[in-house]
Amino acid sequence: MSPISRGFHRRHQEAEPAGRVPPGQYVTSDFPVLSAGPTPHTALTNWTFSIEGGQSPASWTWTEFQALPSETVTVDIHCVTRWSKLDTRWKGVSLDVLLGAVSYDAPYVLAFCDGGYTTNLPVADLTGGKAWVAFSYDGSPLPAEHGGPARLLVPHLYFWKSAKWVRGLRLRDTDTPGFWEMYGYNMYGDPWREQRYAGD
Amino acid sequence: MAGTAVRGRLTWVTATVDAMMDETAHVRTLVLSVPGWGGHQAGQHLDIRLTGDDGYRAERSYSIASAPGEPVAITVERLDDGEVSPYLTQDVQLGDEIEVRGPIGGYFVWEPVLDGDAPLLLAAGGSGVVPLRAMLRHRMQLGSSVPVRLLYSVRSLAEVIYRSELDEASDGVAVIYTLTRQQPPGWTGYARRVDQQMMAEVAWPVAREPLAYVCGPTNFVEAVAGDLVALGYPPQRVKTERFGATGTP
Repeated sequence: MSPISRGFHRRHQEAEPAGRVPPGQYVTSDFPVLSAGPTPHTALTNWTFSIEGGQSPASWTWTEFQALPSETVTVDIHCVTRWSKLDTRWKGVSLDVLLGAVSYDAPYVLAFCDGGYTTNLPVADLTGGKAWVAFSYDGSPLPAEHGGPARLLVPHLYFWKSAKWVRGLRLRDTDTPGFWEMYGYNMYGDPWREQRYAGD
Repeated sequence: MAGTAVRGRLTWVTATVDAMMDETAHVRTLVLSVPGWGGHQAGQHLDIRLTGDDGYRAERSYSIASAPGEPVAITVERLDDGEVSPYLTQDVQLGDEIEVRGPIGGYFVWEPVLDGDAPLLLAAGGSGVVPLRAMLRHRMQLGSSVPVRLLYSVRSLAEVIYRSELDEASDGVAVIYTLTRQQPPGWTGYARRVDQQMMAEVAWPVAREPLAYVCGPTNFVEAVAGDLVALGYPPQRVKTERFGATGTP
């Protein structure tokens, strides 16, 4: 039973759209930046996206990546620090396209990034039109502080899973923790089940 | 980017407000008595949950302001359009109960044993000073001689959080202010937003293998962290914690 805080009440009167904001989240209109270190700046000429660890690894240069079929999607995003942002518009390449280019039977991936960040995800959460490698936000190239040139976009999980500055996926037989997962954040991170930390 | 793994389930516990101190006109420190608190590291944060009498709930994260071993304290800046911070800085009373869980986060922490004698460069923008203050208190508690420079960017002296404590900073700790909006008469210190020139003057030389902790609003952190990397700091030696315009609860 939670203690009641006398005089504490909802201050933001605008009703949040029913069913769109997970428990413990609030809607923000700006786009906060959260990262553990300096923002990396990788020249597009040196950029590649790779899928490692399958039976047939694959790698794309920036030019090759841009030539892949891309989609524009409008999605809600939910950060574990409690902000949610509705109707964000991205352009990117579906993970169905990228994973479709390799053969594999691994059930998990570890996404790896410039700057050393990693995060773990089940392959099933990347396929079926649920995840993208996004390179454009709101009609413009993705700014570096938001993960540009390209970041993972997995909107149905907390946003730390949508790794900034992503450079590839390592297919894995086992679910091994990534960067924040090592520091006690949840291995899966479903915002609707409020899976913020280990054991939630 | 290796570090100590923090494991185990975090449960909500009911804490009691034991003491309150006004730090500035908009900032208040709350000292909490948290049953079963398992200890924390300097730089970690915790979650607060408030429940109104109509059942409405809100959760926010706050940096822990106290050193390991000290009673848990948070320092809250009131945001006028906020929901939780006005309550915590104006309405809450001594002896009130609030729910807490933590500690959370294991990367933006100072670990004196692992980090050895590396000089510390602490850079704070506004209320970003809170977790850095926990590191300063930890250092003092340990009797550590690790040299520290704290660069604190703040609008005016009146907005400086922990002013008296910072004024009494012990041997080996240099506090450098930059007052970005308003300076007292005769001010000879920095009076501008941080830039690469300022960082070159303030930051420890790379050869001393310093460790940098940068906390503040996004534009401050982006500027400082970028300048440090440009000065040759290895990115993995620059740990950051950012909050966006509404990111500070």
